[in-house]
Amino acid sequence: MSERHKILDSARLFALIRKETLQMLRDPSTLLVAVILPIILLFMFAYAVNLDIKNLPIAVVRQSDSIKAQDLEARYSGTKFFVVHPLREMPRAKEEIIRGNIRGIVLIPANLDDRISNPSLGPLVEIIADGAQPNTARFVGNAAQFIAQSWLFENKNFGQIPNNPMIEMEPRYWFNAEIESRRALIPGAIAIVMTMIGTLLTAMVVAREWERGTMEAMMASPSSVIEILIGKLLPYFLLGLLGTIICTIVAVFMFHVPLRGSILGLLAVSSAFLIPALGQGLLISAATKNQFLAAQLALFSGFLPATLLSGFIYERSSMPLPLEIISYLIPSSYFVDCLRSLFLVGDVWAVFWPNIGYMLLIGAFFFWRAAASTTRTLDGK
Amino acid sequence: MNETVIINDAKPAVEFSNLTKTFGATIALDNVEGKFHAGRLTGIVGPDGAGKTTLMRILATLLKPDNGNVSVANFDPEKQFRDVKDNIGYMPQRFGLYEDLSVMENMQLYAKLRKVSPKNRQVLFDRLLDFTRLAPFTARLAGRLSGGMKQKLGLACALMGEPKVLLLDEPGVGVDPVSRQDLWRMVEDLTSDGMAVVWSTSYLDEAEKCESVMLLNEGKVLYDGAPQKLTDTLEGRCFLINGRPQIRRQTLLNALKLPSVADGVIQGSSIRIVERPNADLTQLRDLVKSRESIMIPTKARFEDAFVDLLGGGPSGESQLAKNFGDVVLNGENAVLCQDLTKVFGEFTATDNVNFEVKKGEIFGLLGPNGAGKSTTFKMLCGLLQPTSGIAKVAGYDLRNAAREAKSNLGYMAQKFSLYSILSVKQNLEFSAGVYGLDGALKRDRIDEMIEIFHLQKYLNASPDSLPLGFKQRLALSCALMHRPPVLFLDEPTSGVDPITRREFWIHINGLVERGVTIMVTTHFMEEAEYCDRVAMMYGGKLIALDTPDELKKSVVTKEMQNPTMEDAFIELIARVDAQNAKAKAA
Repeated sequence: MSERHKILDSARLFALIRKETLQMLRDPSTLLVAVILPIILLFMFAYAVNLDIKNLPIAVVRQSDSIKAQDLEARYSGTKFFVVHPLREMPRAKEEIIRGNIRGIVLIPANLDDRISNPSLGPLVEIIADGAQPNTARFVGNAAQFIAQSWLFENKNFGQIPNNPMIEMEPRYWFNAEIESRRALIPGAIAIVMTMIGTLLTAMVVAREWERGTMEAMMASPSSVIEILIGKLLPYFLLGLLGTIICTIVAVFMFHVPLRGSILGLLAVSSAFLIPALGQGLLISAATKNQFLAAQLALFSGFLPATLLSGFIYERSSMPLPLEIISYLIPSSYFVDCLRSLFLVGDVWAVFWPNIGYMLLIGAFFFWRAAASTTRTLDGK
Repeated sequence: MNETVIINDAKPAVEFSNLTKTFGATIALDNVEGKFHAGRLTGIVGPDGAGKTTLMRILATLLKPDNGNVSVANFDPEKQFRDVKDNIGYMPQRFGLYEDLSVMENMQLYAKLRKVSPKNRQVLFDRLLDFTRLAPFTARLAGRLSGGMKQKLGLACALMGEPKVLLLDEPGVGVDPVSRQDLWRMVEDLTSDGMAVVWSTSYLDEAEKCESVMLLNEGKVLYDGAPQKLTDTLEGRCFLINGRPQIRRQTLLNALKLPSVADGVIQGSSIRIVERPNADLTQLRDLVKSRESIMIPTKARFEDAFVDLLGGGPSGESQLAKNFGDVVLNGENAVLCQDLTKVFGEFTATDNVNFEVKKGEIFGLLGPNGAGKSTTFKMLCGLLQPTSGIAKVAGYDLRNAAREAKSNLGYMAQKFSLYSILSVKQNLEFSAGVYGLDGALKRDRIDEMIEIFHLQKYLNASPDSLPLGFKQRLALSCALMHRPPVLFLDEPTSGVDPITRREFWIHINGLVERGVTIMVTTHFMEEAEYCDRVAMMYGGKLIALDTPDELKKSVVTKEMQNPTMEDAFIELIARVDAQNAKAKAA
């Protein structure tokens, strides 16, 4: 093999990287995906995907005018969980819940005073929740019940001995003391953004070369397939890391998410994640050779699983078993794990190493498949 | 002759034999063989789907043949692909350069990939830029270049590293005749330097200019040798019939029915006839006499020879035209443009264009890319709103009676835009529905189209899977189902073989006899000759409007006694350029 025929020639590789970088800088969509999109996504996840429950609209239907009933109603209005619509009749409340104006109904019965002294008459309050959104419904039920019980407990002088536990529980939350979901979500959002840059952008730019016929011209030139691919991927690898840093800056300085780990740790796990992400993008583009299809497949196989199955929003351990198994095959699961530790706990290398290992393993698989489908010839023979 | 002998002694630059390549059930190349010599321009000629691109890609190491021996610059493209790549320049069919890189950046990239040393680079660049006349545009993004300039840049990049074999896959597509002439000049220079240049094309007039051609059809080699030698076989068999241009289409129809006639087409106001070898011409002479015309021998063209090689052109009447019924149209003018102008931002795409098209006329719109043909066409079809001026179709003003105007026209878009997710039958149903046909009428018209165009066996297939000729038929059916009095054809026969093109024009000629008005844009100069009148556009303006014969006559000089349509085209544009340059200087 002569000097000209090296599989990896630094001068040719450098020329390809330079070309890709120039293209990247000139293409407004690159800027959009790498800089603007992360910021938009972070804002969206920070504000729209808020798992904390506050100010839920409910109706309190008070059928009794007794002082106790009024006091109980006031207790509901007084919490930050609910915004109370005071009503007197059940049919009106039902109408409101059907229209979706309220999430639940608390019925304070006409014989509240009697029920306090004689529990056999029925429960203290009747709670109806809108099951259309199960999580919210569960929360409405629990919170409404808790409020009634604590009200009863504080007013022991009503004559009834409540069967509440007499030990007061005071939970302490570590790592995210304010249990703000934003803090857990934003590191997850970074994983989503990186999936977009790594998989979507890469799939599209490689598919674009196929579509425009430039790949054909490249393949007929003396550069090897390996050179072409590395020349393509390296700039996007760096762009991905840049995206991570931008996201981190926004997360720390705008959303005040603490970064307890180090920048080195962040770059290490991000680099490890970019391997499978880029590999997946490459595989998709090699298989489709069409920008539209590549974008669809990248969204379907990259973005959606990263959003739904990586544990970013939904806890993986509470998923049905088949989905939980699938979640282990998704590189972003491991990345989300790492990022959460990195932001909320610190550099826990005991967590990072196995995760990095899994990501590299999945990456190796993707590259193996991509290399098999990117051949020297156009019909793969 | 001496020269040929010397070249034949040397080992050919490209050699292949028993070459076969299949894609699934399609046989792209069927046991072909050939030799391309250094210092020579070889044309690979044939319609779309003939196997030209497959052959090019095999030579460029991008496809592996199923079978056969190939040698490119003395290397085996399969086993020694790296050596082959070092010795070839390849320009793929689609513009293979980066549109978001500048001219210079593209050249730099290819120079580095081909390992041209920085020392030699500047010299080479200067030469190539001078050669392609791209020197003033080095900073311009490749995507902003005109079609012709793009191809020249592609050629410059393919020439980096001074290849021994240059493979150009349809470099003439989308390039206007002026730029095409430039490309030819460049390629001729290269061959005289000893390079082997392979140029594939579906334009037969391009083939005529090659030193040697390989004629491909359906994966087989029909002819291999000098084009003139093939054309010579037709010497004495080609005639022009002159006399009564008004009835020339009917005369052609009658002539094509005669067993002695192999092929016939309209050429300006004349009819071009190719007789079968050793045929008895009595019937033809009688026909010519009865039409008060005369028959004069003429020089054979390469296209005549190609059609003859394929067994002659189609004959017969157009069933489509027969069923069509006579067109009723109010007023004299089928199409009218008055001061028609379209401005996009600062760019005037159509600039004060005026013309009228009479009922039953075939009106051609010609011009280089970006001349404003498509914009004008789209305004007349109601697809674009004019900035100012009047556009009327069938007497209806497109500004205030667009619906009426549109229901009076049929439009066959470029590249036969069909819905690939619908089947052939569904495409027909959709078009019929769009034009408001329903019930028994809709069924009848669809059945009629299926019968006339033999679409039966393709009814459930996707249009994408059809042979090009059938795609074209389907597109024509879809445009005609509502029997419009005016038909717009945007490059209707681009890429199809000459036989299919003739079949298509038999239908069009038949429709014209029924009073249908045809508006057509084309890149084929022969096709321009089928028109009654031709409007030539350049820079958004109408620069000439006349019959094809008069246009050709207008550029006759001592040096150019017998100009072709292409000559006329190039000359008329050159005159405008000269005028503009003068105006600028003054």
